[in-house]
Amino acid sequence: MTALIDYNAGNVFSVMAAFRRLGEEIVLTDDARTILAADRVVFPGVGYASSAMQEIKKRGLEDIIRQVKKPFLGICLGMQLLCSHSEEGHTEMLSILPADVRLFDKGVCKKIPQIGWNRVYGASCPLFEGIEDGSWFFFDHSYYVPLAGCTAAKAEYYGFEYSAAIANDNFFGVQFHPEKSGSAGERLLANFLKLEV
Amino acid sequence: MLAKRIIPCLDIKNGRTVKGINFLSLKDAGDPVENAVRYCAEGADELVFLDITATVERREPLGSLVRRIAENINIPFTVGGGIRTLDDVQAILSSGADKVSINSQAVRNKALISQSASRFGSQCMVVAVDVKRNPAFSSGYEVVIDGGRTPAGLDALEWALEAESLGCGEILLTSMDADGTKKGFDRKITALMSRSLSVPVIASGGAGCMQDFLDVFVPEVDASAALAASVFHYHEIGIPELKTYLQKHSITVRL
Repeated sequence: MTALIDYNAGNVFSVMAAFRRLGEEIVLTDDARTILAADRVVFPGVGYASSAMQEIKKRGLEDIIRQVKKPFLGICLGMQLLCSHSEEGHTEMLSILPADVRLFDKGVCKKIPQIGWNRVYGASCPLFEGIEDGSWFFFDHSYYVPLAGCTAAKAEYYGFEYSAAIANDNFFGVQFHPEKSGSAGERLLANFLKLEV
Repeated sequence: MLAKRIIPCLDIKNGRTVKGINFLSLKDAGDPVENAVRYCAEGADELVFLDITATVERREPLGSLVRRIAENINIPFTVGGGIRTLDDVQAILSSGADKVSINSQAVRNKALISQSASRFGSQCMVVAVDVKRNPAFSSGYEVVIDGGRTPAGLDALEWALEAESLGCGEILLTSMDADGTKKGFDRKITALMSRSLSVPVIASGGAGCMQDFLDVFVPEVDASAALAASVFHYHEIGIPELKTYLQKHSITVRL
């Protein structure tokens, strides 16, 4: 069973539908015991960093998330929340991965938010097993994680490279939406279901 | 580099896809979910569903349709038509839509854009701007609302800039002069908006052949996406052929 962390994030419906298409049982929950007992945990995210963190604190989820030992996947804002600090609302995040979240530089990246299909390169984590280098994924974001030690795959926007995925131990994060990324996204989620930590 | 997006649009009435000419004599064009799955398989990058049901009691049926769509496709989709309140936005998004598109109501109630953006994020707020040529306005185009029936008295570019500053994440630009003509998108206003705005611009209205798409994706016009309905619905243009054609002409597409 996969636990999908409930903190009132937008569009959890599509994430649940994507896992169900793969035959996985997925439960939307903010209950500590259910989250810690699950085979794996998904941290969704569509929304605003500071209000997301407020909601996570309100539900007492900060420490629960840090305690997860099973494979953990943060999606979009769910990935950014794993980092230390975000420029979005100058928010202190969960600090599980040693990286910061920044706003794309308007001088370099002409169109913000980045909305659409972009290629992902140089993947170095098991989530991308069997996925061709340079495959297309769907991105929808204005803030990004710079290339860092925890970068597990990268993408490029107006010539500027940033983290498309990050990973450390059992914690994985993807900036794109695998649930909206056609067959490549489906493969990534299937790979996540096969992970053993 | 980001791929230029190809977006088929489906008009929905009472839960069915409908096709019509100038909103007259609508005819049934099938189940929206089946249509959506087909577009998905053909390589569409995104879908837009425009609900044109006129009744007020449509919210729940629309919600269940949106859920069925989200269960069955794995690409992003936008839902528009008759969205009036923050609760409407919430209902559509929580049913599985990725974005909502707001048109006339955005003009009548600007706070709906800013409130929705701060609550749900700019990335899910599309403002649909319908325009008509009018030399009395500084950009040469005036905003029209209510399906093109009511002139809004606003300059097209100024309104788009305001919508952007209110927090919308994308502009869906439809030229009412070009719409339905199949003579190509309006490149002039598309180029002007694309150059002036920092949010992506989706060109809409007038697609008739593959070259029309190329013409709005070239660097001088630089639309981020192009939307069309009938050319895709009636198989006049196949999405795989269109993308191959664009790639041959040096446009980045997802193939």
